[in-house]
Amino acid sequence: MPELDVPQGHSLRSAVDRQIIDKLQGDFPLCERPYAEAAERLGITENELLARLQRLLDDKVLTRFGPMVQIERMGGAFVLAALAVPEGRYGEVTGLVNALPQVAHNYRREHALNMWFVLATETPQGIAEAIAKIERDTGLPVYAFPKEREYFVEMKLAARA
Amino acid sequence: MSGLPRLDEIDRALIVATQGGLPLVARPYQAIGEQIGIAGDEVVCRLQAMLQSGIIRRIGAVPNHYAIGWTANGMTVWDVADERVDELGARVGALEFVTHCYRRPRALPDWPYNLFAMVHGASRVEVADKAAVIATLLGAECRANEILLSTRILKKSGLRI
Repeated sequence: MPELDVPQGHSLRSAVDRQIIDKLQGDFPLCERPYAEAAERLGITENELLARLQRLLDDKVLTRFGPMVQIERMGGAFVLAALAVPEGRYGEVTGLVNALPQVAHNYRREHALNMWFVLATETPQGIAEAIAKIERDTGLPVYAFPKEREYFVEMKLAARA
Repeated sequence: MSGLPRLDEIDRALIVATQGGLPLVARPYQAIGEQIGIAGDEVVCRLQAMLQSGIIRRIGAVPNHYAIGWTANGMTVWDVADERVDELGARVGALEFVTHCYRRPRALPDWPYNLFAMVHGASRVEVADKAAVIATLLGAECRANEILLSTRILKKSGLRI
């Protein structure tokens, strides 16, 4: 699996890109020509918006453009989990963990528990199966941290570079 | 699990068709409809219904936070008394810079923390400053805490069903 590099010193080319990122994190129109409607709000043409979105995706400034699904609302489950991976095995274990489609994202963090990932499955049993597979494949114990209560979630960050 | 909206086969096909992103064409909903065998109008109606029921959180741009300048991402974790965590979690989650805030189980003896709050910044110092605001809010209620900074995105594909 390819690793996503953390872009260093990446700066956005224009104020228009910044507007696209800041204004289009939600409320994308549901109509026949949504890009045309969104472009009008931004004061650009439909073609320009499409071209800029393609470039932002190609440059990995955007990871995706589309619906964000809340799997728990469809009977599924999200669980945060962690591993303490020996440094010498970090690349190998990253490949094993990322190979599971149930791993929605995965971060390296500075701690003895140095790999933190989110499992998303269509059924609650799917979580236990994914954890068992990771433990079998890696030989490492998985620490699971299912949420017991959600106090706040709103991940919309404005572009600042 | 009563109260969960029922997802029929067409809704599921719609999620599968769009989870990697909307097509970058003038009529994306029509294009998706052609792919799964329904009209563009029905795609729009079903997406609208899934937004209303919360199965879809939002539709739009999903930025790579590193690329838009949020290069420091800290999972701050706190050990507070179980009988106080809900009140304190609600207050931490209400801080304007906290993007996610959850109660999660401890994994004793290695992991004493039961309150998780994500904070983001352009630098480690900014993350540390934000964590200090949380520490001040918790005061003597905080028995132990850590900041786990992320140093690499290993995977960020989002949900795949």
